[in-house]
Amino acid sequence: MRIRDFLGLTTSAIIAHRLRSLLTALGIAVGIAAVILLTSIGEGIHRFVLQEFTQFGTTLVAINPGRATTAGTSMGVFGTERPLSIGDAEALSRLPFAKAVVPFVQGNAEVKADNRRRRTAVYGSGPQMPQAFSMSVRLGRFLPADDPVAPRAFAVLGSKLRAELFAEANPLGKRITIGGSRYRVIGVMEPKGTVLGFDLDDSVYIPAARALNLFNRGSLFEIDVLYRETAAVDTVVAGIERVLKARHGKHDFTVTTQQQMLDVLGSILDILTFAVAAIGGISLLVGAIGIVTIMSIAVNERIHEIGLLRALGASRGQILGLFLGEALVLAAIGGVGGLVMGIGIAWLLHLLLPALPVHTPMLYVLLAESLALCIGLLAGVAPARRAAMLDPIEALRTA
Amino acid sequence: MKPVIELRQVHRDFQVGDQVVHALDDVNLKIATGDYLSIMGPSGSGKSTLLNLIGLLDRASSGQYILDGRDVTSLSDGEQAVIRNRSIGFVFQAFHLVPRLTAAENVELPLMLAGMPLHERRSRVAKSLEALHLADRAQHKPDQLSGGQRQRVAIARATIMEPAVLLADEPTGNLDHRSGMDVVEILETLNARGITLIVVTHDAELGRRARRRLHMLDGRIHVEQGATV
Repeated sequence: MRIRDFLGLTTSAIIAHRLRSLLTALGIAVGIAAVILLTSIGEGIHRFVLQEFTQFGTTLVAINPGRATTAGTSMGVFGTERPLSIGDAEALSRLPFAKAVVPFVQGNAEVKADNRRRRTAVYGSGPQMPQAFSMSVRLGRFLPADDPVAPRAFAVLGSKLRAELFAEANPLGKRITIGGSRYRVIGVMEPKGTVLGFDLDDSVYIPAARALNLFNRGSLFEIDVLYRETAAVDTVVAGIERVLKARHGKHDFTVTTQQQMLDVLGSILDILTFAVAAIGGISLLVGAIGIVTIMSIAVNERIHEIGLLRALGASRGQILGLFLGEALVLAAIGGVGGLVMGIGIAWLLHLLLPALPVHTPMLYVLLAESLALCIGLLAGVAPARRAAMLDPIEALRTA
Repeated sequence: MKPVIELRQVHRDFQVGDQVVHALDDVNLKIATGDYLSIMGPSGSGKSTLLNLIGLLDRASSGQYILDGRDVTSLSDGEQAVIRNRSIGFVFQAFHLVPRLTAAENVELPLMLAGMPLHERRSRVAKSLEALHLADRAQHKPDQLSGGQRQRVAIARATIMEPAVLLADEPTGNLDHRSGMDVVEILETLNARGITLIVVTHDAELGRRARRRLHMLDGRIHVEQGATV
């Protein structure tokens, strides 16, 4: 039998029961639409989070105190390992591949200006921070390259803090008090927005050495090294480890590359997307039951036709193929319909809720379509087998 | 003349509950090419079983079936299907047209199953429908045709592969007398052109028209009348 005739016979049976076929296909379509929609949202969130993470560039390496035994950030911040010092940061900045080295301490403190006060995040940092994190200064300048151990008491305000403390007035040169110590404002940052929930604009930047004193800490939270794009990441990690091991006498710190962070984050988000797709899969299962039902009914209704085709010379295999083909076509129609529905709704969502990141990856579309076909095949097997195994004499005799 | 069909000591047993029913009990039969044979007998006499067996829709429990010089007793399902397609035409009491296909498409079915190319099929179907005065009904669905027209479409379908044997099971059973006579005349014309025609019927009048008449009783050929070609 020719493929074209095979398809012709199959589709004629489906068209003969338009409404019924449409409703059956709709069952699959809803399932496929659910899978595509949910994975689109999952993938959208995935991309959104990764984008948040990579906006600082991918040539960043973070060094934390303490030795991590598994991938991820160490718990050394709270431990007893030898601290990461300002001196460590200085030593790292002498490495040939280091473009910018940023010591980092964070805490909360009360900031006072004239008669206004506000509790805000205080970041102890270094002069190269804007370069490392692609931030820019709107007014004045960032922290100068002072003696890193005894820097002058300068402060740079986040845009929101500036508005809160000074409103429209020019804050440059003004004196403020941070946690009881006096500072002079030398700059205001461009608004940066929130990154993973941290409002970078509601903050004040002061030299790391002063922040260590302010929070009475012995160790930096982290040192970030921005390296030249031409350097291989392995060389960078090895260089950092060599310097710090020499200074500490042992390997009591953790070096995390941006890639490692992305890998861990990516795998977590992949699981999320997959879980969401599995939920959509449940509705596909319901659609599959619809196909089994309608194909079983079709076999009963067309029992004469089956007997006749056998008498005219159709083999069991051809009968099996015809009914399997019908189930497949139903599933494929549902699959395409679901694709249109899913992408359409995802697009509408994007229009109505621009904040919700939605992205439909081609891979999921292909997977969803093959899934629909597999379901059609599986759902069609039992009814088609029953049709093929019918005794033609019985089939022709049945009233 | 060399027989087109030869049955040797054919038995067909059915298990019904804990009882074995001998639907065919030692049937020996030779049918020559071009024969016109009627099989009559009461219900349960085995005439339908004999027809199904000759049509390769059923298998003998024992014995031998030779069709066109070939032993077809123990062919596989697929091989049987091929022979049904090429060598045997069926005409049923209930017509058994596929309701969603047009008359032409119904006639085309055996050619489709045989895998014949489209252009060849179209001309053959047209010729066949023309011969049976159905040319203007080609694009009609079965429910738009009269009983006699439906049976003529079924005959066109049964003969489109130019089979050696045409098996008709009560071909006039669902028709009024005039349409029935039309159909019988068509079948007899086909026989006159050389096809071997086997008709199973309750209808004594129809049965008498055959040159060779078998009467079956309890799975055996009880009486045989008339002559072979």
